[in-house]
Parts: sequence; structure tokens; C-alpha cells
Amino acid sequence: MSATHQLSPVAKLEQKTVHDLIAKGKRLDERNPLDYRPLTIMLGTIEKANGSAQVYLGKTKVLAGVKIETGDPFEDTPNEGILTVNSEFVPLASPTFEAGPPDEDSIELARVVDRGIRESKAIDLKKMCIEPGKKVFVVFVDIYVLDHDGNLIDAAAMAALGALISAKMRAFEVKNGELTYKDEMVPLPMHNYPVPITSVKIDGSVVVDPCLEEEQVMSCRLTVTTDKNDNICAMQKGGLGVFTPDEVKQIVSTSISKSRDLREKILSKVN
Amino acid sequence: MDELRPIKLEVGILDKADGSAYIEHGKNKILAAVYGPREAHPKHIALADRAVVRCRYHMAPFSVDERKSPAPSRRELELSKMIRESLEPSIMSEYFPRSTIDLFIEVLQADAGTRCAGITAASLALADAGIPMRELVAACAAGKIEGKVALDLSDIEDKQGDADLPVAFMPKSNVISLLQMDGSFTEEEFRQALEMGTNACRKIYDMQREALRQKYHVVRDETEKEEIAEVKA
Repeated sequence: MSATHQLSPVAKLEQKTVHDLIAKGKRLDERNPLDYRPLTIMLGTIEKANGSAQVYLGKTKVLAGVKIETGDPFEDTPNEGILTVNSEFVPLASPTFEAGPPDEDSIELARVVDRGIRESKAIDLKKMCIEPGKKVFVVFVDIYVLDHDGNLIDAAAMAALGALISAKMRAFEVKNGELTYKDEMVPLPMHNYPVPITSVKIDGSVVVDPCLEEEQVMSCRLTVTTDKNDNICAMQKGGLGVFTPDEVKQIVSTSISKSRDLREKILSKVN
Repeated sequence: MDELRPIKLEVGILDKADGSAYIEHGKNKILAAVYGPREAHPKHIALADRAVVRCRYHMAPFSVDERKSPAPSRRELELSKMIRESLEPSIMSEYFPRSTIDLFIEVLQADAGTRCAGITAASLALADAGIPMRELVAACAAGKIEGKVALDLSDIEDKQGDADLPVAFMPKSNVISLLQMDGSFTEEEFRQALEMGTNACRKIYDMQREALRQKYHVVRDETEKEEIAEVKA
């Protein structure tokens, strides 16, 4: 069952500091309310994966790997490949992470990342079909959180996007239902590039890209994922607080404009 | 386009639960029950300054076209969290430290928009349990079909739909406690859909109040009758 989390005692002590700063329009790490932390992204760091990307967002570190295999298609989409997103909150990333099956936060993260990629039609899954109804390619995106300093959703989704755009698979040919591979490597059929922006509400003010201390004292967060055409393709509110409709509209506008720079930065890494 | 499917609400229909409600929303049939506030068990989950709210959203194996495994899916785990976070802001959980408030939502038949219908019913069940609340939470989804923004899509429409935007809203406080979205919206379409969704929540909120009034009006009538009978005897 999903249950209320306990606020860490440290977070309770830091709450006032964070609130006081935010009331003055400042933040713990001296950012402005709408500043994103510096993003570093490296593609292809894991050679054995079809694609991989390591993202540093401030002190948050996330690694995503793409593996491509063959499998059975879903019954309702017989001529489409399959996308599967999983995330692992590795215990070395935070004192609060424990080994074992994914908890609800990890599942939520994977599902929000999945929705961004799926709903923006980032991968042309129709081109990943081998034999309709029988055999298709399965794209596994596995997200590894390595160091948790807040805003895991954005870091994970950008790592997943980076891993997908860097992914290479053997070129293939299908003749009479027979799959044959060629020698050359080709990229995945990518059509779109979804980028999420997460904002949180703290003591009535909205700030972008929370660090861990901010996340622990936030009342609620809103993630808005937008695609290359500035359309919104996924949203997710989280936390025990509430937003007014005006706050939501404002966050959506900010997210659309913020995501453009980040998308450009990620795409500039592909050669 | 901005019309709701027919909604039927009933409060207090389970005997053992502290609070319960039943909703039919289109072809959705959903039961919600509340147990608590009760002693936290196991004890280590208790919080010193507030009640722990727990929530389980679950779909019956026969609720959908193809039998669903009764084991909780990733979707159900995510929705349990989303529903809990949509209702917790309305609960005055600080009145009940060291206790739990347990919320159970069982989808008996699903027809798109189960999380919203579940929230609407669960909020009534909380009120029926007598738990102090800031306000009732009403929920409804808006979406997009054939390129047009539309309210409250049914199962068939939802599968062909281009976008889905479930919203939970507290009308008197004018705040949103659940917001999810998938599909594709321009910023303008999103604004329209949000407006449509929150307006529908206002209508559902009135129905919720009416359902509570129905139930407690009847109870009062009965106690009045009993009192009259006692006086006569």
C-alpha cells in the first residue's frame, strides 16, 4: 500500500532556512528561482550497451543504458516494436535507498519517463517490427540512479533520451519473415525529443529544478514534459501539497521555454 | 464536448468499514472504503505529529475486457500513490498522530477515468467515516479526441484519444491536488482542457454534497421517528 513518508529530521531543521531564502527570492545554492542547475551529459559511456548516457545535474548523477533485443509484440499493437522503461534506485546513491524490488517512487519515475518517450512518439516503433504479430524488437531503457541530489525525474528522462539518441543497432533486413543482419550499425528511428522540466512549490513560491534539500521540504512538484514542437506530452504532479490553476499554467509556460535549451544541449552531443 | 457521463453516488453502503461510498460513472463501477483513524500497525510506521495515510487502488480481474492478474501492477502501484497524494491535502491528519487512515479503492468495472471516479468516491468515504477534512475532493478527466478538446472520455473514446488529463480539484479552495497528463496538447489546448476539467469537478462536487445530504438526511429522519416513538411510549 502507498503510505505517507516520514520527513527526515534534517529536512525539518533545514525547512526554515530554505523558506527564509525563498521568501527573499534566493536559494540554498545561490540560484535564482527559475535557474536550472548546470547539465553535463556524456553519451556512449557504456560500450557494451546499444546506447548509454550519463547525466550530471548539479550533484545528481544518473546513468541510462539501452539494450535492444527481439521479442513477442503486444496483441493490440502487432506491427510495432516494444519500449520498456525501468529504473533502479541503487542503494549506493542515497542513505534512503534500499536494495530490493522497486518502490513506488522508482516505479513512478520510470512511468513518467516512459510516458514522455511513448507519448511524444520519440521512437518510430512501426520501424521496429520484424514479423507482424510474431516478432518485434524490444527497446529496454534501464535507468540507474547513482547519486541522489534531487530532481531525479528530469535527470533520468534526459539520460534516457541521451541513451536513445546515442543507440546503435545492427542494420537489418526482413525477407519472407526471415531476419538477417547486415554489417553496418544504424541509429534508432528517432522522431522526437521529449524533455521534462520539474518545478516545486515551497512555502507558496515556485522554483525550478529542486536540489535534494528543497525537494525534502517542498509541498508539491509538477513535471511537464514537452516535445520538439513545444507540445506537452506528459505531466505529473507529486507531493502532498496543492497548486492553483494559475500556478499550473505558469509552470507549463516556463517548462516549455526552459526545455528548448536543454534539448539543444542534448542533441548537440550526437555526432 | 463538455458533457459528463451519467454519475450515480451512494454513501455508507458497507457495514464493517468506518466509511464507504460507491460510484457509477459511465460504465465505471467502483467501491471505496475507509478504515480509521486506527492504531498504526506495525507500530514503526507511525508518525509522531500526524496520521499516516495509506491507499490501495486495485482493479478486479473481471473489471476489464481481458482478465487482469489480481497481483498489483506497476500502474496500480503508481495510481495508489497518486490517489493518496490527491486526497491527503484534504485530510486534517495532524489531528490523529500515531494512527493510520486506510483507504481502499476496488474497481469492479473499468470504463476509462477510474482513478478520477475512485478519488470522487474515496473522498465521500472519508467524509462518511467522519474524518475531519478541509474540503471534498472531486475528480474528472479531460482529453482530446479527433483533434478536439473534450471532457470525460469513455473507454472506447479514450483508446482512440490523442490526450488524457486527469484532474482532482477542491472547488472552494480553488486548488488542484492531482494532475497527470499523457498524449499531445498545445499550450492553448492544455489550458482549455484544464478549464473544462476543473469546471466538471465543480459539478461533481455538488453531486458529492447531495449524496452526503441524502444519506444523513435519511439517518436524521429515522432518529427523529425513534425519538417520537420513545416519547409516545
